[in-house]
Amino acid sequence: MAGLEIRDATVRYGVPTGSARSGRSAGVTAVDRVSLTVAPGEVVALLGPSGCGKSSLLRAVAGLEPLAGGSIGYDGEELAGVPVHKRRFGLMFQEGQLFPHRDVRRNVGYGLETQELSRAERDTRVSALLDLVGLAGYERRSVLTLSGGEQQRVALARALAPRPRLLLLDEPLSALDRQLRERLAGEVRAALVETGTTAMFVTHDHTEASAVADRVGVMDRGRLLQVAAPDELRTAPASDRVTEFLGLRGSQSGV
Amino acid sequence: MDRDRRRLSRASLRPAPLLWGTAVAVPLGFLGVFFAWPVAALVVRGFVPDGALDLTGFTDVLSSPRTWRLVGLTLTQAVLGTAFSVLLGLPLAYLLYRRSFPGRGLVRGLVTVPFVLPAVVVGVAFRTLFAPGGTLGFLGLEESLAGIVVALVFFNVSVVVRTVGGLWERLDPRTEQAAASLGAGPARVFRTVTLPSLAPAVASAAAVVFLFCATAFGVVLVLGGVRYGTIETEIWTRTTQFLDLRSASVLSIMQLVVISGALAVSARARRRREAALHLVSARGSARRLSWRSPQDVTVALVGAAIVVGLMVLPMAGLVTRSLREPDGSWGLGNYAALGTTGERNALVVTVWEAAATSLRIALAATVISLVVGGLVALVVSRRPRSAGARRAVSTLDGLFMLPLGVSAVTVGFGFLITMDQPVLGVDLRTSGLLVPVAQAVVAIPLVVRTVLPVLRAIDPRLREVAAVLGSGPGRVLRTVDLPIALRSVGLATGFAFAVSLGEFGATSFLARPDGATLPVVIYRLIGRPGAENYGMALAASVVLAVLTATVMMVAERLRDERAGGEF
Repeated sequence: MAGLEIRDATVRYGVPTGSARSGRSAGVTAVDRVSLTVAPGEVVALLGPSGCGKSSLLRAVAGLEPLAGGSIGYDGEELAGVPVHKRRFGLMFQEGQLFPHRDVRRNVGYGLETQELSRAERDTRVSALLDLVGLAGYERRSVLTLSGGEQQRVALARALAPRPRLLLLDEPLSALDRQLRERLAGEVRAALVETGTTAMFVTHDHTEASAVADRVGVMDRGRLLQVAAPDELRTAPASDRVTEFLGLRGSQSGV
Repeated sequence: MDRDRRRLSRASLRPAPLLWGTAVAVPLGFLGVFFAWPVAALVVRGFVPDGALDLTGFTDVLSSPRTWRLVGLTLTQAVLGTAFSVLLGLPLAYLLYRRSFPGRGLVRGLVTVPFVLPAVVVGVAFRTLFAPGGTLGFLGLEESLAGIVVALVFFNVSVVVRTVGGLWERLDPRTEQAAASLGAGPARVFRTVTLPSLAPAVASAAAVVFLFCATAFGVVLVLGGVRYGTIETEIWTRTTQFLDLRSASVLSIMQLVVISGALAVSARARRRREAALHLVSARGSARRLSWRSPQDVTVALVGAAIVVGLMVLPMAGLVTRSLREPDGSWGLGNYAALGTTGERNALVVTVWEAAATSLRIALAATVISLVVGGLVALVVSRRPRSAGARRAVSTLDGLFMLPLGVSAVTVGFGFLITMDQPVLGVDLRTSGLLVPVAQAVVAIPLVVRTVLPVLRAIDPRLREVAAVLGSGPGRVLRTVDLPIALRSVGLATGFAFAVSLGEFGATSFLARPDGATLPVVIYRLIGRPGAENYGMALAASVVLAVLTATVMMVAERLRDERAGGEF
């Protein structure tokens, strides 16, 4: 089938070393037999409290965590043996993780450097993306001088630049203040729709999930409880746990 | 807790086996051949001198009162040197890292210089100072334990200042403010809050200083005369003067034992420091020096006294004396003589020729230590997923640090008894690589300790982002690790170059008379009679000091302030 297909994915962590993480013995199961599909052009949000396994699932899709069970495929191709850099996915973290030694232009252009593009084509693409995220003319800026919101916009442009077939966003807005977060959620949605990007969006804030995604999956303790359109989740929650989590109104920042 | 998860998994990207295999094999091979083998040969020579186990070497050496006097002296001067370095280093660290004042950068630079000054130069500087008729001749410190300790403190105060200052600067001042608001006076705040926070850095610095003091060679050789020596100088004397390789081997083994103990303590202290560093904020917390605060004035005066008395005075004395010609008049005669082989041909080569040799050797040694040390830092900075691989990495970490503790003299002596045959078909003695390789062995731990913290500080997510954006492991290294580490590599280059320019312990065993380096030439000159030779030694010392300081200052400019680092 087309798009992303996750079947019974399980992610386990080994024994943590050198740290006093008491009470957790060997083999913590972070993701427990989760199945989910994302159709081409669709944006799916994974919603859940801190530690529910949503980030682990995202990292497994990116290839950053090995699967302990199940499988992940894209467009019918099994991804198990495909290394991270050959998956043609995009990834964006909570804090932009911009390369401090590169300016804005060379950050956004990073993923294009391995593609067969002329310098001019690359620069055009970088400018177009900076335009898309509202940072036209920022090419020569040092990333160290950017505000938190600007850094995340650059990170988004960088992730979109190589035209990933799937974009993975790991709480990309959570480090920002509330006002900016709400505005940027709308802008991220617009950028994804405009570029026709397929995306998985991890968040613990249900308003953010509803603003960005076509469908929302609710996760708790490694299990996927329900996947549905935002409206449907509200009107027909599958369990009390789903209702409970939606009712918390995004104040659950955990820790 | 998502964040904890992420740290837990610290996923290094799926490693390219060939790349990492090479990165592990090259340094392992290098240190195996040029470190483990010579040291092992030396141990064997001590236990099994003639093909059969023979412990008479041990009984001879151990029953000699001279041995125990030397062991006692080694420990005494190391303990005293460490204690005074810490005692004087703390106020300086406070002044230079918690207070700001005009010219602070300059003073910080000045305090750094002694650490990289060649031991022979420091020895000559203090010898000139303490000699009858010297500026401090009236103290009667010539050829005394006190004189040696002063010189050791001169060297090592900077280690304490940099290690402790680096942490002190990052301590959150709000903890101290909280204590003060709870009614604690300045002294109590220092004792109950500041000092405990600094303890890991102090312990780590003290362990390193102890190591340096216990293995000090050039300084002791130059300042101790015939009366004072250490295990190190004794190994050298027995090898080069008496050709008594057996007892030299036994002494080397004893030295290994002393050093391993100190190294173990140092490693423990370092682990605690690295753990503690996560707790503190990284922002600068220096307050302006206030002349109205009695506390500040006291610290400033103490700091000025240390800097002037301990650092400026000997160096200024050396420069002044080098401008005194043998007949007592002022002039550049000593410098003019650097183009000669000295009075009564004390040398085989001119001092300028030796300087050229030094530069050439240092260049080769720097390249070798950067390649090997860089690979070590790269491997050790990784946090592999599997517990087994992680244990392997931490074992390698400890393994590669061993040369830091094993003295240069031991390396030189080990080379002497092993490299007299071709290694892998290459006769190192004639290839001109013997001395550079020995110096590289001494410099590698410094390179690793400089580059490693920077590599470790790179957020693993940067590499993950790069990989997701289509970079294979090789390109991640090239585009993420390398550019970020490059500035610390600049500093490491400076360290390696400075260390090998001034290296004396190993070089003195290995350099041939016609391939003598500057430190070797200086030592020869002060050992020969004649005022002209002594004057030349002073001028050559100034030249060597200027060379080293220049290298260090260039490297220091390349240093990334945010990076930190061990020294």
